[in-house]
Amino acid sequence: MPQPDDELIRGRQRGRARVTALLLGAFVVLLFFITIAQASRNW
Amino acid sequence: MPAIEMTEAAVLPADWRDFLALTKPRVMSLVVFTGLCGLLAAPAMPPFALGFTAILCIALGAGACGALNQWYEADIDAKMRRTAKRPLPDGRMDRQSALHFGVGLGAFSVILMGLATNWLAAGLLAVSILFYVLVYTVWLKPRTAQNIVIGGAAGAFPPLIGWVAATGRVEALPLLLFAIIFLWTPPHFWALSLFVRSDYAAAGIPMLPVVAGLDNTRRQVFLYSLPMAGAAVAPWPLGLTGPIYGVSAAILSFVFVVLAGRVLANRTTEPSAMAAEKHLFAYSVFYLFALFTALVADRWIA
Repeated sequence: MPQPDDELIRGRQRGRARVTALLLGAFVVLLFFITIAQASRNW
Repeated sequence: MPAIEMTEAAVLPADWRDFLALTKPRVMSLVVFTGLCGLLAAPAMPPFALGFTAILCIALGAGACGALNQWYEADIDAKMRRTAKRPLPDGRMDRQSALHFGVGLGAFSVILMGLATNWLAAGLLAVSILFYVLVYTVWLKPRTAQNIVIGGAAGAFPPLIGWVAATGRVEALPLLLFAIIFLWTPPHFWALSLFVRSDYAAAGIPMLPVVAGLDNTRRQVFLYSLPMAGAAVAPWPLGLTGPIYGVSAAILSFVFVVLAGRVLANRTTEPSAMAAEKHLFAYSVFYLFALFTALVADRWIA
């Protein structure tokens, strides 16, 4: 089985980490707005 | 299913773009559009953040279906030209990552839908995901030529889910929207399968043209287009929509039936000469977009 070089593996990991961080950040913002919307709807 | 042979993908982490490709973004666009139209056509509008979340959950649920479908069908996809370059058959991702991604995405979409909108919408989303994966992909698709007919129900859920997310209730109009997509699916997919039938035959999928022949499939395409047109026009005489939708649905459906009639009249067996089938397939996508746009226009303009 051929072994991919270290740089390629690190590059993939970096790319996935960046996208995961972006998605988590967006999820936090979304939760904030959901909470505000739910709170204002229940008043 | 035989396991995919060990390749570089076993040690090289999959690229994030491959996870995106697993969600079948092009299929997702139609699902998101019909779900959005179901939400916008509802009599009650939720706050923007909740409406946005509902559509996001429908999109994520559809993405989960795509990922789990590709996980289960990796071996079949490898045999078809149209699907051989997907991440799993191409060896760019290991199978377990696709399974974990699909299950995680599906569970996340249902829980978020329940917390943000209501649990009836979340329940319908869960049913649609399970129906697509278990009833369609695992059970019906490899076994019967009627796979598309019953499996089409999974794709018919989004406008119903959008409506229920907005109102919390199941009503007559969203059920009719469900029926329209349910009846639209067979002529849409069979038009495609007529000119790519060699792919399905090679993969051992019992699509109707492979099992029942071209003429029988063409007849079924035409026959299904008739109740589909009836269901599409029905909301107008039933007083559920106004004339903007009614007239649009009548014209669009008439053209659909005419194109289905051209498919019925076609006798060629050569895929490259199946212009009528290709026209119907392309028009069927436009038809659904136009029909649901007219529905929203009718609700917001009339």
